[in-house]
Amino acid sequence: MTSPLDQKIKITGPVVVTANRVGDGAVVYRRADGGWSTRLPEAAVTSNVATAREFIAAAVADDLRAVGPYIAPVKLTADGGVQPGNLRELIRLGGPTIDLPVTF
Amino acid sequence: MYLYDDLDRTLVAERVADFRDQVGRRLSGELTEDEFKPLRLMNGVYLQLHAYMLRISIPYGTLSSAQLRKLAHVARTYDRGYGHFTTRTNIQFHWIKLEQLPNAMADLASVGMHGMQTSGNNVRNVTTDQWAGVAPDEIEDPRIYAEVIRQHVTLHPEFSFMPRKFKIAVGSAAHDRAALRIHDLALRLHRNGAGELGFEVMVGGGLGRTPFLAKTIKPFLLKRDVLSYVEAVLRTYNQFGRRDNIWKARIKILVHDLGAEAFAKEVETEWRTIKDGPLALDNAVFAEIAGRFRYPDYVPLDDAPRALAEARRADRAFDVWFGNSVTNHKVPGYCIVTLSLKPEGGTPGDATAEQMDAIADLADRYSFGEIRVGHEQNLTLPHVAQRDLPALWRKLADIGVATPNVNLISDIISCPGLDYCSLANARSIPIAQQIASRFRDRNLARELGRLHINISGCINACGHHHVGHIGILGVEKNGEEFYQITLGGKADEDAKLGTLIGPAVPFAQVADVVEDIAAAYVELRERPDELFIDTVQRTGVEPFKERVYATR
Ligand code: SF4
Repeated sequence: MTSPLDQKIKITGPVVVTANRVGDGAVVYRRADGGWSTRLPEAAVTSNVATAREFIAAAVADDLRAVGPYIAPVKLTADGGVQPGNLRELIRLGGPTIDLPVTF
Repeated sequence: MYLYDDLDRTLVAERVADFRDQVGRRLSGELTEDEFKPLRLMNGVYLQLHAYMLRISIPYGTLSSAQLRKLAHVARTYDRGYGHFTTRTNIQFHWIKLEQLPNAMADLASVGMHGMQTSGNNVRNVTTDQWAGVAPDEIEDPRIYAEVIRQHVTLHPEFSFMPRKFKIAVGSAAHDRAALRIHDLALRLHRNGAGELGFEVMVGGGLGRTPFLAKTIKPFLLKRDVLSYVEAVLRTYNQFGRRDNIWKARIKILVHDLGAEAFAKEVETEWRTIKDGPLALDNAVFAEIAGRFRYPDYVPLDDAPRALAEARRADRAFDVWFGNSVTNHKVPGYCIVTLSLKPEGGTPGDATAEQMDAIADLADRYSFGEIRVGHEQNLTLPHVAQRDLPALWRKLADIGVATPNVNLISDIISCPGLDYCSLANARSIPIAQQIASRFRDRNLARELGRLHINISGCINACGHHHVGHIGILGVEKNGEEFYQITLGGKADEDAKLGTLIGPAVPFAQVADVVEDIAAAYVELRERPDELFIDTVQRTGVEPFKERVYATR
């Protein structure tokens, strides 16, 4: 597979860098301070290709904490909030769209 | 049940120890993901959308009650309290944590279970008929041959790095319940004109982006030659299969490109050099393996006992379930019971830890401790005394696995789709739920009769949509979920690939489309008992297409 660093970065709007946490696989977002958070609003957002490239390079180098980083689209709300930019990202953030089997 | 020997147990235990070490090194940062990924995949550990996923092999779909209880324990202890049975008769846990995986694997190893060869370019779990060993129409238990192959290909160095994954199925009944023709290699046991037992060998089946049905390259192969011939097929594929393009790497492409005859010739050439070597099997080997399958001590019982007939008369719901979910057994007085994992509103193939525990207990009490997994994502209790059916039914109903919809429109085969799978284009499970809810009227579903819907969330076709009577494939168009509909596919002894009926429809319209198709069928069928699939074959897809797109 092509490394995320070798891929052409095409951005049409605001993006974040997301990955899965190594220890438990949880969905995480790259923060501006270089840490990772499970909370999307804490993610560093950019609409700039050069900045996105920097984010992804730093994320790839952080292989010990996060696996499979990539650039994902987000939507900015009028009040400055951040929301997933597509259905896949919505499901990654919010979990399956169906009821999980319940124990009885 | 097959009893594993010390070799199997040692191998599984050693693998757990290795993996514990590898996970430790990954977590400490000694291994990068690039280094670790092939190691985790060798143990069935994938990374999905939300978490790691552990896929556990269930050889030829046979489980003991102890194994099912252990799966329940893993679901409860390390996952979110449920597991998902797949179309390859394996089970997946979708929320497993890497840190806890070694412990989960050690627990599984205590009952001989593991995730080896559930990923990677090797021979995957050899599947078969979920009624193996008990079906009245079978010649011999196909699991004996599945087990011979399993032993040979497990961690076989020559077949650990093939061009792509390799799926084998074995059947031995008149009716194909193992979907033989959609496998890379399929073996069908039958008798030749001289009354000898042997296999029809089919190669090059597979769905995905380029679907093909397997072609027969040898109509009759003596049993003694089964392993040498399988080896010759694998070698031929290993040598000539493409490694430059993942989309063209499966054996189906090779067989298609070379032509079945030329491929068969290559196999024969290879086979001639090995057929009389150590892989030629004599009856003693088969007998030894067959001897490790423990069959229940059936007791002499009356067929169709009076109490059963009375129970059917007394309770309509029981009678409906009996008519739908109970099948003849080869031993008088016994029957095969299918447990529907397709309750309305549920996820096809999911079972909770509580259900698994309860089913394990019921298997102990009513089915000699044995459970089967079928590619339709339902479970089976293979050895139930007919007289026990009323009591068993109540208990199955209590735990939600007695929905009388087996083989009906709401018995939907579905992959996890975009709700879990990182390769998905679109969701599968909500589509299955919408359709099941639309046909929740049991009389309507029964009126429609046998009708298989298969749903895949992407072209990888894990939901086998190409061979669904109605096939539904999720695609993405401008960021929206759309679904292509095919009709007329089937996975039995007369396997066919479905025909696309037209442009993809949006998420919100899929259940409507299925309703239109069902309505068209009711109008088009010649007799009430003409099956949906037979009507489609008789009329072609045109009238259905007209109905579906007339108003869209
Ligand atoms: S068919 Fe596609 S979406 Fe469904 S499980 Fe397979 S890879 Fe995932």
